[in-house]
Amino acid sequence: MIKKDVILLILTPEQQALLDGAKGETMAKVVKTLVMYGDAFGAERMVPVTSQCGHTVISFGLKAIQPVYELYDQLIDAGLTAGQKFSADPRPLDPNVPSSLLEDIVFKKIMYTHQEQYEEQLKKLGILGDDDYTCTCYLDQVGNKPKEGDVLSWAESSAVVYANSVLGARCNRNSGIIELMGSIAGFVPEFGLVTDEGRKATWVVEVKCSKKPEAQLLGSAIGMKVMEEVPYVKGLDKWIGTELDEATCSYLKDFGAATASNGAVGLFHIDHLTPEAKKQGTKLIQKDAKVYVIDDEELARVKAGYPIIWKNPDAKPQLCFVGCPHLTVTQIKSWCDQIENKLRENGLNQVTVPTVFTASPAVIREIEQSVYASKLKTYGIVLSYICPLMYMNNPLCKKKAVITCSNKLRTYTSARFYTEEEILTIITSKGARL
Amino acid sequence: MKQFQGRVIVPGTCTAEALVSRGGFNTLASYQMALMFGDKQVKCGDQNNADIYKKPMLGKALCLPMTIGSTTGGMVLYTACAMGKQPACMLFSMPIDSLAASGAILGDVWTDAVMPVVDSLGDEFLQTVQTGMTVTVGENGLVTVEEASAE
Repeated sequence: MIKKDVILLILTPEQQALLDGAKGETMAKVVKTLVMYGDAFGAERMVPVTSQCGHTVISFGLKAIQPVYELYDQLIDAGLTAGQKFSADPRPLDPNVPSSLLEDIVFKKIMYTHQEQYEEQLKKLGILGDDDYTCTCYLDQVGNKPKEGDVLSWAESSAVVYANSVLGARCNRNSGIIELMGSIAGFVPEFGLVTDEGRKATWVVEVKCSKKPEAQLLGSAIGMKVMEEVPYVKGLDKWIGTELDEATCSYLKDFGAATASNGAVGLFHIDHLTPEAKKQGTKLIQKDAKVYVIDDEELARVKAGYPIIWKNPDAKPQLCFVGCPHLTVTQIKSWCDQIENKLRENGLNQVTVPTVFTASPAVIREIEQSVYASKLKTYGIVLSYICPLMYMNNPLCKKKAVITCSNKLRTYTSARFYTEEEILTIITSKGARL
Repeated sequence: MKQFQGRVIVPGTCTAEALVSRGGFNTLASYQMALMFGDKQVKCGDQNNADIYKKPMLGKALCLPMTIGSTTGGMVLYTACAMGKQPACMLFSMPIDSLAASGAILGDVWTDAVMPVVDSLGDEFLQTVQTGMTVTVGENGLVTVEEASAE
């Protein structure tokens, strides 16, 4: 147990009372957890969580993490539901996604045996609704979109980096469980990305590419270089503009997810584009900031360095995932249009690799009300709310030749990365090859 | 014998055999298979970490720069603590990252596991310590590295 004299953080009388047990032993442990968390990072005080909703990264009823559900039972039994409603990451299972009989057995009998039970827990703890399972909770269709300056208690690296960078909210890269405790207490320790100083850039990234760099590849290169630090990116506005329209936000969603998963980036600034960069410009850059220049050669070098961990590197792709993080409406329509053109060019009716597009239930609903729903079906594409990462987190998938244009999925699983253009070529060619 | 002064994140003392990850320790990738399939030795499942891949982590002094990867990392570490499958201690050369801190603190507050955690031990610590060496953690964050194995 932590010693009292180690605590540097000053609590308000109300917070101190909670720590002393005014609302029971379980609440005292919640506050103690947050105090120790803040203390580890030199926080001097707690700040109120000001966003309307939280977001949790734990969306899966995985047998292996039984102690987490037991802890959540303690919270529920103590009446500690979240002070704010929250959304959760995507569900790990969807019967529409192709899987073998053996995979079904592994998913349902070995891995995700606690799914139903856990979703019941989430209802008691305060999940927004049955459909609020997505890593892109901040999209308009989903509605959990923080305002600029809001303090959040979120976890899910891609959502945190987006909220910080594109929306101008303030959130640290919290772990699962801790984020829920912040939502329950209604306050979080003030350190890191919650502070002005912690949001200053310690890297300047100069983009000097001859064409628009692929979001997931550029993000990967930057993430691997800067790790957990804050990059200020110059030269990208030349390719993606200076307005946060839907296409640009979609780009930054994928870019950010790659910086967060290939490194540990929680915040980036894009010159002339993201909210703080627009207001403060290069004043956001610390004096001793390091410089990283990215050109076409550097991106090619980064891509060539990805390990191919398929048993047979020449295997024909068996499955393709597009949408990690979940796709936006704009992205689904764009992919659909491009696939339509390519299939026509190649004299094909359907994609030649089983392909799954993933998106939030709310985005799927919007697509289902458009002509694109029937187009996707015609081309043989499955539109699913699943988390591809959860789907692939099992030993059987290591033997499966899965391709993706997601650098997050590549990082955490055996999926092989191709650029969006390469994916398009592969899934619309007769031999399913480049 | 060499000594390194770090900062105490979770107090405690222990002596254990070092297991050294020179690169970032991916908590989810390292633990997920061992937790899922009940591996008694808790062997590291991260194929991208050549230093410790397939090596038992249970009861070792895990020496690392920082943790990396999914924000489920803290939850995974908490789960390992709750199941008694945690390392003997975690010793960071760098200031601790938010995910590792979460896991270590959750383990300390919500389980009976004993896992001292010390950070900011410096680059020289990680250059000195080798897998198999004996590491002793003192109450005040003083870490002693000896060449002889603990066994």
